[in-house]
Amino acid sequence: MHAIELKNLRKTYSSGTEALKGIDLRVAEGDFFALLGVNGAGKSTTIGILTGLVTKTSGTVSVFGYDLDAQLDLVKQQIGVVPQEFNFNIFEKVIDIVIQQAGFYGIPRSVALPRAEEILKKLQLWEKRDVQSKELSGGMKRRLMIARALVHQPRLLILDEPTAGVDVELRRGMWEYLQELNSSGVTILLTTHYLEEVEQLCKNAAVIHGGKIMLSDTVRNLTSSLEKELYTATVSTTVGIETLGASIVRVDEHTLTITLAKGESITDAVAQLQRAGITVTALRPTSNRMEQLFLNAIST
Amino acid sequence: MTFQQQLTALNTIARKEIQRFLRIWTQTLIPPVITQTLYFVVFGSFIGSQLSEVHGVSYMQFIVPGLVMMAIITSSYMNVVSSFFIMKFARNIEELQVSPTPSWVIVAGFVAGGVARGLLTGAIVFGVSLFFTRPHINHLWIIVLFAVLTAIVFSLGGLLNAIFAKKFDDTSIFTTFILTPLTYLGGVFYAIDKLPGIWKTLSHANPLVYMIDGFRFGFYNFSTVSVWISATILVVFALVLVYLNLYLLKKGTGMRS
Repeated sequence: MHAIELKNLRKTYSSGTEALKGIDLRVAEGDFFALLGVNGAGKSTTIGILTGLVTKTSGTVSVFGYDLDAQLDLVKQQIGVVPQEFNFNIFEKVIDIVIQQAGFYGIPRSVALPRAEEILKKLQLWEKRDVQSKELSGGMKRRLMIARALVHQPRLLILDEPTAGVDVELRRGMWEYLQELNSSGVTILLTTHYLEEVEQLCKNAAVIHGGKIMLSDTVRNLTSSLEKELYTATVSTTVGIETLGASIVRVDEHTLTITLAKGESITDAVAQLQRAGITVTALRPTSNRMEQLFLNAIST
Repeated sequence: MTFQQQLTALNTIARKEIQRFLRIWTQTLIPPVITQTLYFVVFGSFIGSQLSEVHGVSYMQFIVPGLVMMAIITSSYMNVVSSFFIMKFARNIEELQVSPTPSWVIVAGFVAGGVARGLLTGAIVFGVSLFFTRPHINHLWIIVLFAVLTAIVFSLGGLLNAIFAKKFDDTSIFTTFILTPLTYLGGVFYAIDKLPGIWKTLSHANPLVYMIDGFRFGFYNFSTVSVWISATILVVFALVLVYLNLYLLKKGTGMRS
């Protein structure tokens, strides 16, 4: 059985914008699946349809075999959603937000309380349970949304860019927790702009662009096509770069392009330049691997 | 969801709504009490003392039911329109939308909050009135019936307004241009049957007349319209509003794209 099965899913908004142009997608039960796409690609519309926030124009949607049109209540009971933007009441206490959400799924307080305690402890929010949510830091608010989404024990967790704006340390902690959840059998659908996140967490991924699924494959297969990474460096001089090999190319007298093959490190390339007496004063990625992935997907 | 689960969801929404207005009681309970107290002082004590009795009761006694009803109407309406619209505005409503909570539970939960605030405010205003006069209570059950029905109707009206509202200004248009004029012309400060010809006839087109008239019957045992006709009109209003709210929520009006 598939956790998610979308067939010829279309959505045209009243403004005339065609957000989804007939997408087909399957996410296996137990998968950790990434939906990748630039802003406006159709990710949020897809998630909106799955969670009942957006009405589809046509096509079929099923979640764990339950049809969205005929069994909406059952579909909703399977899903926990963590939206991109904070959408809880900032004046309510952390514990109240989680327990109320359980109540909306018909779970009485007596059952919700121990569950909330367990989840909040795992997400390191238990100490803050009686604090108004507006007092929480950005990372804590993000974790609160995850706790809220999990309190009814969904089989499918949908995360819309859960680590956007979250610092590196906290992001790693969230990754570990999400992996633990996935290992316990929860299917996870993730949208993100971080390819590193996809590589770390996901088994399969799809690239959505212009309302169409351009690629859908294992993460390993998708990223294996990303052979090169480009950087532009501002340098003190370009004299002597001829000796450094074809991967470093002169653009003008103070600018270089550095091409890294998969597995090569930018730190090593900078060190190589320094050994040649060339000081790097500025460095920026010309295209990142995520961009390349999108470009590859669009060009296929 | 099983019926038991639906009741749990209903209890959750009602509890959340009641906690919300109690948490901000200085904004939700005190202002209507101050306004109505001013009416008691100005219209009841200062002006009312110079007026003759109305249907055998002093003017101060006469206006008590109307002022209590005004508090119930405004509070129940404002509670739902503001709470639901703020939830839409801050997107907290998505918490409910993604859940399997059925539309009837959402309607009933918000109405429960509105009714609770309306009745509590009405009770406080009635308590304040005791400092000025001693209203008679002839039919307590009629007082309770009309108070509850009116609070339900205006909670449902507030929900309807909130569903359509796109900005904060939209939540006050109905109150300013329709509700307030109808309230003042609904017989709070005067007896409808004492009005001259055309005004008396026109007043019967005002639904608030039936609410205030029936409510006042519970106190003083007199009414311009049969209390059963008034109660029936209120029930019909409530049923129509329930239907409209359920239809719009299921359709996702103002909430689902």
